[in-house]
Amino acid sequence: MNRFVLPVVVFVALAGVLYIGVRHSPDKSTMVSALLGKPAPDFELPVLGDATRKFSSRQLAGKPWVLNVWGTWCGECRVEHEALLAIAAQKQVPLIGLSWRDDDDAAQQWLTELGNPYSIVAVDREGRTAIDFGVYGAPETFFIDATGRVLYRHVGAMTMDVWQREFASRLPKGGLQ
Amino acid sequence: MTRVLRFIAVAMLFVSLRALAVDITVLPNEQLQQRYEALTHGLRCMQCMNNSIADSPVGLASDLRRDVKEQLLAGKTDDEIRASMVKRYGNVILFTPAFNSASAWLWLMPVIGLLAGIFIAVRIVRQRRYLVEQDDSVVDGEEGSR
Repeated sequence: MNRFVLPVVVFVALAGVLYIGVRHSPDKSTMVSALLGKPAPDFELPVLGDATRKFSSRQLAGKPWVLNVWGTWCGECRVEHEALLAIAAQKQVPLIGLSWRDDDDAAQQWLTELGNPYSIVAVDREGRTAIDFGVYGAPETFFIDATGRVLYRHVGAMTMDVWQREFASRLPKGGLQ
Repeated sequence: MTRVLRFIAVAMLFVSLRALAVDITVLPNEQLQQRYEALTHGLRCMQCMNNSIADSPVGLASDLRRDVKEQLLAGKTDDEIRASMVKRYGNVILFTPAFNSASAWLWLMPVIGLLAGIFIAVRIVRQRRYLVEQDDSVVDGEEGSR
């Protein structure tokens, strides 16, 4: 009897470790942003559709905002577009688009066809800003608070459910004004 | 026919293996090149998980390689470059994670496993030896009684 105790304990312990490991493996939905609680990186990029204008993230200092990283080459971005339009219609918070490694004409055409949920779209053709945000796959959506810190990052298509639970709940009560 | 084959064989000698690699970046000197290759092989391509950025053809990997190259040319040390990657992507981007309180168990696990294995092996050998000795004494006894 006694000689079975140790192997069984070892087996259960190992199975437990592996179970936790599989459960928490860094797949797309569980990976936490390294930037959480840290200041969002500053960036200054051209504005989509107006080559003469630049958009600087500092323009939004002092109020919360949302950054959505997308590309016309990204299938999931099409999936989340409906939700983004619905979110934009609520006018709760500025929704800034980051056109990631994309062709400007294709991006413009996409917005003309599907509707434009963004207050402004910044063009990150070389992917430098995306790297600074630790982006590894579009779409990704970041919530930046009034002090300029990243409070949340959602990887994958945005849904109204995720919006209500993780984004709207982080907005100051009683709206922005 | 043999002539053609011979020609192909000789021609293949002139094919550079580097041309077949995903990454064809060339840095101004051999030292930087070696550091570049070591660094890029040690950073995970976050999109494809188990490839390094040196081996991955996706756009993000080439952006990260460009980032490594630019930091090298700017005179950053290897540790600074790795730290800048961890700051943006977290520890998971390093194939060899740093030893700290969160990763200690990861590093110590093999040592603990080895010690446990030795402990169990020693116990089994001792037990067997004891049984064999007992067995011998019984056999001796039987013979003695004959």
